[in-house]
Amino acid sequence: MKIILLDYGAGNVTSVERALRRLGAEPQRSSSPECITKAEALILPGVGHYAALIRALDGRALRAPLLDAIRRGVPFLGVCLGLQALYETSEESPELLGLHLLPGSVHSLPATVKLPHMGWNQIKLTRPSRLLERISPGAFFYFAHSYGVTDAGGEAVALCNYGADFAAVIEKQNIFAVQFHPEKSGDAGAQLLKNFLRLAA
Amino acid sequence: MSLAHRIIPCLDTDGARVVKGVNFVGLRDAGDPAALAARYNAEGADELVVLDIAASRDRRPTFLETIRRVASELSIPLTAGGGIRSLDDARAVILAGADKVTINTAAVERPGLISELSREFGRQAVVLAIDAKRLNDHWDVMVRGGRESASLDALKWARMGAACGAGEILLTSVDRDGTQLGFDIPLTEAISRAVSVPVIASGGAKLPEHFAQVFSEGAADAALAASIFHDNMQSIRELKQYLATRNIEVRLPC
Repeated sequence: MKIILLDYGAGNVTSVERALRRLGAEPQRSSSPECITKAEALILPGVGHYAALIRALDGRALRAPLLDAIRRGVPFLGVCLGLQALYETSEESPELLGLHLLPGSVHSLPATVKLPHMGWNQIKLTRPSRLLERISPGAFFYFAHSYGVTDAGGEAVALCNYGADFAAVIEKQNIFAVQFHPEKSGDAGAQLLKNFLRLAA
Repeated sequence: MSLAHRIIPCLDTDGARVVKGVNFVGLRDAGDPAALAARYNAEGADELVVLDIAASRDRRPTFLETIRRVASELSIPLTAGGGIRSLDDARAVILAGADKVTINTAAVERPGLISELSREFGRQAVVLAIDAKRLNDHWDVMVRGGRESASLDALKWARMGAACGAGEILLTSVDRDGTQLGFDIPLTEAISRAVSVPVIASGGAKLPEHFAQVFSEGAADAALAASIFHDNMQSIRELKQYLATRNIEVRLPC
């Protein structure tokens, strides 16, 4: 299986790659439109600023092939910013347009809590999830973000609460995304990546 | 469901090996950083910090190699620091596998470094380390390994650092460091209440009660310790089980 790990300079690409290799997968790092077109599974990592990801997608002409691949049904996994990019806009950079594949938008978490939301938190399932199979309901995942999708619709299969409820896990047909970092979430994170690899195979 | 309090072991290295010693005097070898990292990862550590306490220019490639070796053992976040003075220094550490960088003296000398790193890597990747020492009615910021006063109020500096873009504060009590008398609760609480970013308490930990106290009374979001973990005086697993019995939210293995 040709797994393409979109490499546009995000800080966590190496960690995601390492975590996948540990599971026996052989992802290929790429930032070329041609590679995206040929991909059999796509992973979009990201951590840091929303603008960095959106500008990289447009600067490298990756938006069109990415949208095209996802619409054709290629299994997609977005991590952290890779989840936020699926929506139309983010409060972090209101002037930039996201991929707009899902209804809703990215908002700042409320200032009533310490930000960034940094550390290990639990999630609550809203309906059965393929990505969370064989993961204990009480499992903790590692989060590092200040923005989240607080108005997600039915595609959010799990929510996390930190100041407000926000989408932790997204599943819609071939589109999968997580707000936390499975590559840094110990055994639970490894199982989630394993589940994605199995779903994509 | 709430955010877990983090337990963070710290590896002080001379670039290549984990070392122990008080105030850089009488350093002795405490093991291989990658082997210790693997052990803590398996024992349920929530993150790991690896520091280059010598931070000499010519040892830099050795330290970067250490970060690579440590990162390959981990499925939890890694913070690295010691001697980071520029965007390029930080980039090298992140490319080697660190998720976050800690900066200390260089940020005091040039606060603009905080915002530079924050813009480039995101604020979640920037940890401002503050070494604080009691001075009359306030806490003074210390630099150069806690040896020199920066003549700066720690509370003001913490607020300024967070405003500049630090995503976390690693707060070490110079008064308590190495004493094993417990964390400095008034200091930790004062800083934690003063800023809107997470605070990692450090310095003085020995007993499980010290950790319970710094979370419940000190309002710390995370607690860091070094030698008590290296010497097997305290197992991370048992420490977390103890904290859970005290109704402190921690991540226990499922």
